[in-house]
Amino acid sequence: MRLSIDHLTRYRFSQPQARIVQLLRLTPSDTDDQTIVSWRIDVDCDARLREGRDGFGNRTTMLYIDGPITGIEIAVAGEVLTGEVDGVVKGTLEPLPPALFARSTDLTRADAAIAAFAAAARGAPRAQLESLNTAFAKRFALSHARPDHGLTAAEAFARETATPRDMAQMFVAAARSLGLPARYVSGHCLTCEREAERPTTHGWAEAHVEGEGWIGFDPSFARPIDQTYVRVACGLDAAQAAPVAGSRLGAGREWLDVDVQVERMNGGEQ
Amino acid sequence: MEPRGLWGFDVTMGKRRAFDEIWGTGGRRRPRKELAELARWIEATPASELSRRQHAAEAAFRQLGITFAVYGDADAAERIIPFDIVPRVFLADEWARLSEGLVQRVEAINAFLDDVYGEARIVREGVLPPDLVFGNPQFRPEIAGMKPPHHVWAHICGIDLVRTGPDQFWVLEDNARTPSGVSYMLENREAMIRLCPELFRSFRVAPVDGYTDMLLQTMKSVAPPGAGSSPNCVVLTPGHYNSAYYEHSFLADNLGVELVEAADLVVDDDVVWMRTIAGRVKVDVIYRRVDDDFLDPLVFRPDSMLGVPGLIAAYAAGNVTIINAPGTGIADDKAIYSYMPEIVRFYSGEEAKLPIVRTWRCREPDALEYVLDHLDELVVKLVDGSGGYGMLVGPTASDEEIANFRAALVAEPHRYIAQPTLALSTVPTLGDKGVVPRHVDFRPFVLTGASGVQVVPGGLTRVALREGSLVVNSSQGGGTKDSFVLLGDEPEVRA
Amino acid sequence: MLSRTAWSLYWLGRYIERADFVARLVEATVRLDALSARPAGEAAWASALTVTDSEEAFAATGERLSQQFVARFLTLDATNPGSIVRCLDRARDNARAVRTALTREAWTSINRAWLIFNNRASPGGAAATLNLVEAVKAETRGFEGAIHRMMRNQASWFIRLGQAIERADNTARLIDVKYHLLLPEGERVGGAIDRDQWTTILQTVSAVTAYRWLYSEGLRPGDVIDLLLARAELPRSLAATTEEAVEILSALGKRTGLQGEADRMARMRQARMAKTRSSEVIKSGLHQYLQAFIDENALLDAAIARQFRFTH
Repeated sequence: MRLSIDHLTRYRFSQPQARIVQLLRLTPSDTDDQTIVSWRIDVDCDARLREGRDGFGNRTTMLYIDGPITGIEIAVAGEVLTGEVDGVVKGTLEPLPPALFARSTDLTRADAAIAAFAAAARGAPRAQLESLNTAFAKRFALSHARPDHGLTAAEAFARETATPRDMAQMFVAAARSLGLPARYVSGHCLTCEREAERPTTHGWAEAHVEGEGWIGFDPSFARPIDQTYVRVACGLDAAQAAPVAGSRLGAGREWLDVDVQVERMNGGEQ
Repeated sequence: MEPRGLWGFDVTMGKRRAFDEIWGTGGRRRPRKELAELARWIEATPASELSRRQHAAEAAFRQLGITFAVYGDADAAERIIPFDIVPRVFLADEWARLSEGLVQRVEAINAFLDDVYGEARIVREGVLPPDLVFGNPQFRPEIAGMKPPHHVWAHICGIDLVRTGPDQFWVLEDNARTPSGVSYMLENREAMIRLCPELFRSFRVAPVDGYTDMLLQTMKSVAPPGAGSSPNCVVLTPGHYNSAYYEHSFLADNLGVELVEAADLVVDDDVVWMRTIAGRVKVDVIYRRVDDDFLDPLVFRPDSMLGVPGLIAAYAAGNVTIINAPGTGIADDKAIYSYMPEIVRFYSGEEAKLPIVRTWRCREPDALEYVLDHLDELVVKLVDGSGGYGMLVGPTASDEEIANFRAALVAEPHRYIAQPTLALSTVPTLGDKGVVPRHVDFRPFVLTGASGVQVVPGGLTRVALREGSLVVNSSQGGGTKDSFVLLGDEPEVRA
Repeated sequence: MLSRTAWSLYWLGRYIERADFVARLVEATVRLDALSARPAGEAAWASALTVTDSEEAFAATGERLSQQFVARFLTLDATNPGSIVRCLDRARDNARAVRTALTREAWTSINRAWLIFNNRASPGGAAATLNLVEAVKAETRGFEGAIHRMMRNQASWFIRLGQAIERADNTARLIDVKYHLLLPEGERVGGAIDRDQWTTILQTVSAVTAYRWLYSEGLRPGDVIDLLLARAELPRSLAATTEEAVEILSALGKRTGLQGEADRMARMRQARMAKTRSSEVIKSGLHQYLQAFIDENALLDAAIARQFRFTH
């Protein structure tokens, strides 16, 4: 499937900022299941951009801007060819072994409630994961509200609705409590972003099953990952896979606006 | 200095005399023959004179402001670590053996760090259990795949040793993050030279004042390839509220480099700069005295405004060297410690020259069974605990404490290790009523640069000033001593 | 030199100078209130508060306008940002942050001054208060000496620059407040109260002896103003501080190669000052003149911060 992605991130500041440094995880990598046909990042002011990779193997762009600056607009546009997926992610750059992803973080620590919820999933690892993948969508109504970046999986679990970010973090916490390595994935998806009123970067999860590999799950929609998904970054939690980590030098408030459009293009059928 | 948990109690003290580094185990009449001269000095110098000199040293330290107190404390200007005037002495051959062991160990630590953040052969080949490394909070996935110049990770190590007999040295702990205390080593020596010059006439003591030159050379040797012939080095401090600020300013002063705080640094285009009155100046090497968590808010703690945004990107791009490299904490973790003999063997193909204290890993069923049966004799510690938190000292614990600990241990055995209590050596120390034996430990400083590992002939001896105490922590009444390393008999060859 | 270091040194200079000024102000006010033939009472303490721009802060404490409370407020009150203890605290804080740039002597004099205030709750009566401020003055004099004995390097220049800017501000404020207070309409100039009041001013800027040397006609407000405004021989006069700022900036310029806005402003101020006649200033409005001087001094402070990149 040939997908076009337009991802706009806009920051506005109440007072001019002297300097801005951002770590962007906005660029997908080629894998066996996705080929990047074209990809570009445009910034609407004088900026210095540097490509790199983080410890998880994600492609990163460092963005350096000198002020005074009252806003930035980061426009990402690209085309990706995706192939049929059997659920197992192949060909990703893996600088870290699966064992690493068995550890929890402050954002993804399973409390007793999550652990009990996870324990209800029975069977072989893959069956457990598949059952978890449908369980969260049944328990929580999907929210398209702006995700709260400080919310932990345990806090999210105490609520009634959950954003895709929280669904994925809860899934990750639950899978780890069953002893299965799991990670958070950020990226884009043809259908999910269309359904949202204010589309933003999507989040889902991958869990590792010995002998099979990393398997993608989207607990928000209770379905496996398929060719409508474009994988951008992964980490132990949502923060580590976040599209933007930023620091600014200056006082005042900031407003963030995100818009994502994923379209299916013609001529990409295999 | 960072707080460290109390070590343990010597259950055998009552029955057996601890090894004394001057008088051996034979009591005061027969000093070890190489140290007869020192024993004579101790006997011949009146306690009042020793005391006078000791006070003079402490007064000088106070004036210099060698304080460790928390800033804001009303006595901030007054609190210094007590200094003891009687030196501790290592014989030339003792030192030679020790330094061989230290070199071997620090080489292994660097090889280990290079491996676990890269291919992780040691895990793949089954020497270390994967979760011990990758599940360890001290393992920093954020910097996986990044390589410091010359594969040196832990440029400055402080290896804590204890001694139980003439040839029995044990590693108690590796400090591979930002070991402190080197300013005491240097200031103590200055004081001794001034106050006890006769000792330096009687003994050929290896000088320690080359340390800062060695350190500067080490820093420059690992500068990034693009740094040019005179790389710009700085010391990064959390600021003057930090309890070790004196040491940070001492080092910057003696190295002749700027002492910077995070706010003095900016990263632009993956290059680190410091802000000066004449504009930005490029920085090539950062000796940081801040924890990993506070290096870069974009990568580690997002809530930390103390760090330098973009620093890790500059490091990953190979534009700056960070000393010690981010992520070295995994090498001095307590659980990893118990595998050091295996780690040394894996990378060097040799047996470890410096033994570790016997350690039972409670994650292993046999070990757990033994520990549960011997709780009243062992020291049991949380693998990720520090400062004495989460620790059981069997010989001094009440029945209730033991029972509580037993429950915790059974519930989560993988979080604990256990070790025997040791009869730490003593060194003559000036007390209220003359010179008395007091227990000591020792922290030598080991530097690793592009051309290899160097051990400074000396270190920091910490002494438990209370009778019978094994607690050398400065926060709990511990003091420091100068540590003499004697030069060998053959005249030194000078180039 | 790191920008932060320069910034800390500059503020170290400013805070030490401010502590010293407040000490002298308290000393002079104690004399005026308690020791002169006709105690000036409340008015004296009210004007001390005006000079330090802290009437409102003091009013908020709800205390009475008397020596006991105002002297405590100006010396020991940790909640008053202009008190001596707070100034010394800030000075010491800045000194700690740049310890490697200071000599041991300079550091210990600050540390000792700071220690005077350790665990002290009240300045005590008039005599004890005088002893306290005398002790502060002794330490700041010691600091002054230590700075002058420091190598003539950038570090000492930045401290002295901070002192010069602070001193200009303090002297201008002192004249401004006292001039209005001391020339009430209808009162005969040259009376006993005036004598004491004017002596107070001269004491505050350590100018009693200088005045006697330079003016033979006895105490005359016009001459006192002339001394404080235009006579460069008096280190705390506006003319002297203006000159000093120019000299230090040009010394720094030679050392660092940095010359700019701050140099130009300081030189312009100096050129104007050279043409100033104090008698004309008094005629055309001393208050306006001093206000303009204080504003310009603040602009110079900001220009210095920009020129040496004190802030980002």
